Amino acid sequence: MTRTRRQIAAGLIATFAMGSLALTSMHGTANAADAIKIGEINSYTSLPAFTVPYKQGWELAVEEINAAGGVLGRPLEVISRDDAGKPGDAVRIVEELLSRDKVDLIAGTFFSHIGLAVADVAKRQKVFFMAAEPLSDAMVWSKGNRYTFRLRPSTHMQASMLAEEAAKLPAKTWATIAPNYKYGQDAVAAFQRLLKERRPDVKFVAAQWPALFKIDAGAEAEALAAANPDAIYNVTFGGDLSKFVREGSLRGLFKDRTVVSLLTGEPEYLEPLKDETPDGWIVTGYPWYAINTPEHKAFVNAYDEKFGESPKVGSLVGYNTFMSIAAIIEKAGSTDTEAMVDAAEGIEVSTPIGPITFRKSDHQSTMGAFVGRTAVQNGNGVMVDWRYANGADHLPGPDEVKHLRAGN
Amino acid sequence: MLTGQILTGLAGASVLFFIAAGLSLIFGVTKIVNFAHGSFYMLGAYIAYTLTEAFGASGLGFWPSILLSALAVGMIGALAEITVLKPVYKAPPLFQLLVTFGLVLIIEDLTLLVWGPEDRLGQRAPGLSGAVELLGTQIPSYDFFLIAAGPVVLGLVWLLLNKTRWGILVRAATEDREMAAALGIDQRILFTGVFFLGSALAGLGGALQLPKGGADLMMDLTVIAPAFVVVVVGGMGSLTGAYVAAVVIGLANTFGVVLLPQATLVLMFLVMAVVLLLRPHGLFGQPERAERGHTPGAGYPAAGAMEKAIWSVVLIGALLLPLAQDDFILVLATDIAVAALFATSLHFLLGPAGLVSFGHAAYFAIGAYAAALISQQIDGPGMEIALASAPVLAGAAALLFGWFCVRLSGIYFAMLTLAVAQIVWSLCVQWTDLTGGDDGLLGLWPSDWADSRMVYYYLTLALSLAAILLLRRAVHAPFGFALRAGRDAKARAEAIGIDVMHQQWLAFALAGAAAGLAGALFVFSKGSIFPDEAAIPRSVDALVMVLLGGVGHLAGPVLGSAAFTLLHDQLSRFDQWRLLLGIVIILVSTLAPAGLSGLPAMIRAFAMRRRI
Repeated sequence: MTRTRRQIAAGLIATFAMGSLALTSMHGTANAADAIKIGEINSYTSLPAFTVPYKQGWELAVEEINAAGGVLGRPLEVISRDDAGKPGDAVRIVEELLSRDKVDLIAGTFFSHIGLAVADVAKRQKVFFMAAEPLSDAMVWSKGNRYTFRLRPSTHMQASMLAEEAAKLPAKTWATIAPNYKYGQDAVAAFQRLLKERRPDVKFVAAQWPALFKIDAGAEAEALAAANPDAIYNVTFGGDLSKFVREGSLRGLFKDRTVVSLLTGEPEYLEPLKDETPDGWIVTGYPWYAINTPEHKAFVNAYDEKFGESPKVGSLVGYNTFMSIAAIIEKAGSTDTEAMVDAAEGIEVSTPIGPITFRKSDHQSTMGAFVGRTAVQNGNGVMVDWRYANGADHLPGPDEVKHLRAGN
Repeated sequence: MLTGQILTGLAGASVLFFIAAGLSLIFGVTKIVNFAHGSFYMLGAYIAYTLTEAFGASGLGFWPSILLSALAVGMIGALAEITVLKPVYKAPPLFQLLVTFGLVLIIEDLTLLVWGPEDRLGQRAPGLSGAVELLGTQIPSYDFFLIAAGPVVLGLVWLLLNKTRWGILVRAATEDREMAAALGIDQRILFTGVFFLGSALAGLGGALQLPKGGADLMMDLTVIAPAFVVVVVGGMGSLTGAYVAAVVIGLANTFGVVLLPQATLVLMFLVMAVVLLLRPHGLFGQPERAERGHTPGAGYPAAGAMEKAIWSVVLIGALLLPLAQDDFILVLATDIAVAALFATSLHFLLGPAGLVSFGHAAYFAIGAYAAALISQQIDGPGMEIALASAPVLAGAAALLFGWFCVRLSGIYFAMLTLAVAQIVWSLCVQWTDLTGGDDGLLGLWPSDWADSRMVYYYLTLALSLAAILLLRRAVHAPFGFALRAGRDAKARAEAIGIDVMHQQWLAFALAGAAAGLAGALFVFSKGSIFPDEAAIPRSVDALVMVLLGGVGHLAGPVLGSAAFTLLHDQLSRFDQWRLLLGIVIILVSTLAPAGLSGLPAMIRAFAMRRRI
């Protein structure tokens, strides 16, 4: 008897699981009928330092677009989800956004591998995917596909901007330090290749590969010093960068050496350094405090008014992503996927930092980055002597793209 | 340069030692595998950041701030012990791990809410912000302070443990918990005290590394694996061992950076694997004492008629699911079927075999990558051949690695499986030509006939079910009985002629093969595979599913994986989903300490009491 009761209860629990499966099918249908639905997905919990400003950026864009009457007379509705930093989860969420929420397109992602996983689903299901932030070159080249577009300047583009500057330096021997994963490896390989093209006389004398977010900064600094290079190319970012800067400064690593550093001028990574910001590093970044065009000032003011803080690169990327989506739908005249893809190829979009174009050949936007030198002003890290490097100048031509995209 | 590397290694070793010492103390006395220990370290860093920003401009404010942070974290640790761990002390071994996992989630979200998403760079220590030139190298003066602080703290804790009554009680409980209890030592107070001390040490580590780095939201998970490595290399429960191991690992890291810059991902785990193979209980550890009056593990009776009937209803429900005409339900149900198989394969080790694996994701990933590579090579029936060969290859890998692992037992076995998984993970990351590295392998969709979600769901359901039933059959076969005999009474089992290690080795391979099949099914449902599937979170998720479902019942892993997948899917719609998931996990584990599958027995017991 007791046994039977136990088994009944066991069964009840088992059927509970099935029941909640069925329950999940009930919600997610009661939305404004005429809204354009955008499924948005990003690593909100696993990388909040970058994705929270990004989210605020696109929220601002959507608010402005809808206040101006929406797109094609329809408001934008964004269904935003967290992928927990896992590609498997991301794919499941995309399936739900498509089959249940019936979104018209997918946007977002930060990590390159998640971007690639989603791009592959977009290719298979023929869905428009606007990748906002993933940096991997594979997104638009070796694994690029018809349905995937990417906004942010890629690893190759940013490395190319720095290689251009590095070539002007007298330095002959270089050492590199980069996180031990794809982004770091690509960033080093691209920089080495592009610098050698311009300066066949340079030599790379050391390469350090700290594990991502687990840098042993003192040891890395010692190892770099031991190679005694004229200049250093740095790809570490976030907490790794702070530790590297601190240990390197203390140990005199940066004395009489030029450092060329990827992404370090982005407020996300520069602001935490405060008065310890190293002097005179050549970096890519985003000097929002010094860009004085009316469009950019309007963006900074609107952002500050809505969120009470200054924009980060993520904010700009989020804003531009959704402004691009709106422009694409407007041009396509509908939310038909093929029409959107055709409209997006070659479209010019105006953004707070000037017009950008989504290239027809590889679906990469020409959004650029700012290249300048780091300095400390009033106890804060800033970029000085900067210029805007147009992304278009750092991308290969259509013939080379054809070769890069061969086989997909 | 050599001096520089040695001193840097020693400074890093001190911080690592503080964390590992706390972890070792807590495990030694309470036998709790505390995943939340890294979270306490992170809290130490954040609290110290806030305090030193407010008061730390001078040495007078800075050093008390550091100590205060350690104390505050100690209090939080003690509070966590009293509120959420106390209720589950009577649960089966390892179940407390589930609660500490819930704590990790809660602390992560609360830290984000309180301190915001930005990374925080800590203050430099007043008076120690410069560098000293030594043999031609600039060494930060703070490094010298850290190098000294390690042995000082080791000495203080040693004095506390050896020269005070409380310390003697702690050592007694570490040595022989049951005897200590039999002699009338109040374990409740002892446990709370140990949690206070252990957490305070973690907090101290977090606070003291602040001048070298800062506070960020990823610190908790980045430190927990190295901390376990140090504890295990040193020998569980040995403080001196923890210090020596911290120095060994610290130096290995700094020299590895120079000699093998590419090896940063695995070096520490390679060191641990070598140490464990040479010294199965770490450098200074004692063999784990078999507990007297050891309660035998679960018996897993065959399903009765009623249970069979219930499962039939569930199965019919699963078969009718496509009638819902909702593609996403099928996607979710496919995920659950894959998770159920993976969890069941881990349960086979954890339950009947009594082997706790922290690295089961290795075989999931090997199966997944094998399937992906095979299907890419073969035109036509790539998927079919891949699904057939993945379990074989994963099983073969498990046979190879298992041979080493089953030579160890308890936590040492668990950590060696973790080391293997980390090695597999780093291969997935670094063998770019084969695995595509971090960019993974893409375009791995099912063959045309199975391409619809419904067909692929049925395929996954059929294969998972078959494998789960096979594992279930193995539990009830003589093989399963031999495993349980080895688990419950190793000496007696060997006395009647069972080669326990051999049986465990085969069980490891069987579980690996089943995990490999789950991995292969996963690949074709997602279309891509990345190194994440071999990483620690994947192994931890499987552990959480098994524990949530309950180790004591064969239905446990299926229930646990369904509940965890659905919960995660539903809660991830909220901004603070980690907080919610953490709370739910802790609530479930306190209310049902035998897991979800133990609920019926609890309800029955409750009803009986009411009747009397």
